[in-house]
Amino acid sequence: MADTPLLRTPTISTSTRLPIHTRGVVLLLIASLPMFFFMLLPLIALVLRVPLIQLLERLTNPYIAHAITLSLTTTFVSMILTLLFGTPVAYLLARYTFRGRMILDTLIDLPMVLPPSVAGIALLVAFGRRGLAGQYLAMFGLEIVFTPLAVVIAQIFVSAPFYIKAAIAGFAGIDRELEQAAALDGAGRIDTFRHITLPLAWTSLFGGAVMTWARALGEFGATIIFAGNLAGRTQTMPLAIYQGFEQDLGIAITLSILLLAVSFAVLFVVRRVLGGQN
Amino acid sequence: MQPFIRFACGIFIATQLIACSSQATMLQTQPVELTISAASSLTDPFTQIGKQFEATNPGVKVVFNFAGSDKLAQQINEGAPVDIFASANKTQMANVISGGRVISGTQQIFARNRLVVIYPKTNRAGIKTLSDLARPGLKIVLANPSVPIGSYSLNFLGKASLLPEYTNSYSQSVIANVVSYEENVRAVLGKVALDEADAGIVYTTDITKESAQNLATIEIPDALNTIASYPIATIRDRPNVAVAQRFMAYVLSAEGQQTLAQYGFIPNQEP
Repeated sequence: MADTPLLRTPTISTSTRLPIHTRGVVLLLIASLPMFFFMLLPLIALVLRVPLIQLLERLTNPYIAHAITLSLTTTFVSMILTLLFGTPVAYLLARYTFRGRMILDTLIDLPMVLPPSVAGIALLVAFGRRGLAGQYLAMFGLEIVFTPLAVVIAQIFVSAPFYIKAAIAGFAGIDRELEQAAALDGAGRIDTFRHITLPLAWTSLFGGAVMTWARALGEFGATIIFAGNLAGRTQTMPLAIYQGFEQDLGIAITLSILLLAVSFAVLFVVRRVLGGQN
Repeated sequence: MQPFIRFACGIFIATQLIACSSQATMLQTQPVELTISAASSLTDPFTQIGKQFEATNPGVKVVFNFAGSDKLAQQINEGAPVDIFASANKTQMANVISGGRVISGTQQIFARNRLVVIYPKTNRAGIKTLSDLARPGLKIVLANPSVPIGSYSLNFLGKASLLPEYTNSYSQSVIANVVSYEENVRAVLGKVALDEADAGIVYTTDITKESAQNLATIEIPDALNTIASYPIATIRDRPNVAVAQRFMAYVLSAEGQQTLAQYGFIPNQEP
């Protein structure tokens, strides 16, 4: 069964699991400690920096509240749009071979390796009011740069690959004979997809969607270049953190802790949900 | 494996030989190396001034360390081996002076920088004067108030609002038109040069030759402008103080001032 590699630790089969209480385990544990503490220390430092009461008080600060609201709404919209437009792409790539398939596949990987600033500049010259496509949109009075729509577009561009990759793996892992059997029994293509394919690929789709959402929530580079930075309009949590770092460290730390808590909770819940399926 | 080791040894010996020979030439000519810490905004004019100085002073090699003035001042106060400090503001020069690192009396202002309003040459918003910036519907980008130019920009709007010709709602109206507070002044320049914003405020020195092709400017009068002064000074306890002072004199000479003016700085003595 194909998985989203980012979320699954390979399950340890009993044959490869080593007996505990060997000296090797103790040594391995000791050897693991530096990395473990290295990962943990900055996070603990962040959390210890602000007392909980002060943290809760700050949530009502309009600057922080605006950033949170904007982040939640834009990431929700961008995730829905990614599911809507990404699923057909994933199904196409998982099920069919055709000329140019490799190119399409590579294209989808590209935003994951591009520096976000490149993504931001590319979006600017594509959708800006002098841009390749943007100049025609501007004729109809639709100017995208500096609007919440630009935030959503930037998020989709950098985060959609995470969902699409996971969905491809999910669809590819389904035995085609199951779909064919349903078709033989008279189910239409859409019925087959809804009642056979989707339920079987569900864990992968769900895991991919969550990773996409999490990536969109953390999006910074493409957003600040393509959408700009204005509180309440285009200033998402990562942008507010960056500006807060220069002006009011308290705000930056509060938002950082919040992002940290949300990310940890989401990853943990997803792991539990996906783990429960096994 | 063996050929690889032989190859690696060959490389090692070769580099050693090169290192030896270059050391030998260094000993022959014994060039004076002058280390200059200068604000990043001075990168272009100082690189050129450095070349000119080397051409007229054989045996002197000028090495630059360009970074934010605050960082440079901190390095110098911590004992970095630097001969000359050129700061983008008086605050950081004062830090180095109070740190006891400057030869007293050597510091002086050598250039100034000022704000200017820029707009795309296409000018679809039809901007002609500073008052036009308050017209509703304009898209204006400013630098974030956390960086100096961001707060200078707001200062300008505040000062203008006090004048009858702009009316006291001027600042408020312009700020209502701001669509983005960019993280630095170069981002403001980029957004306006790409014609995504109708206007922005930058330093005159930010307008490079390339960006000038797409941009037009409106001067901000001195009374409303914030003029940033650039001080320069010689650092004490260094082996080549005389050469350092020669470099400072060159920056302040007609030739040095002309190079600075070429890059948009206001020279020290205006004709």
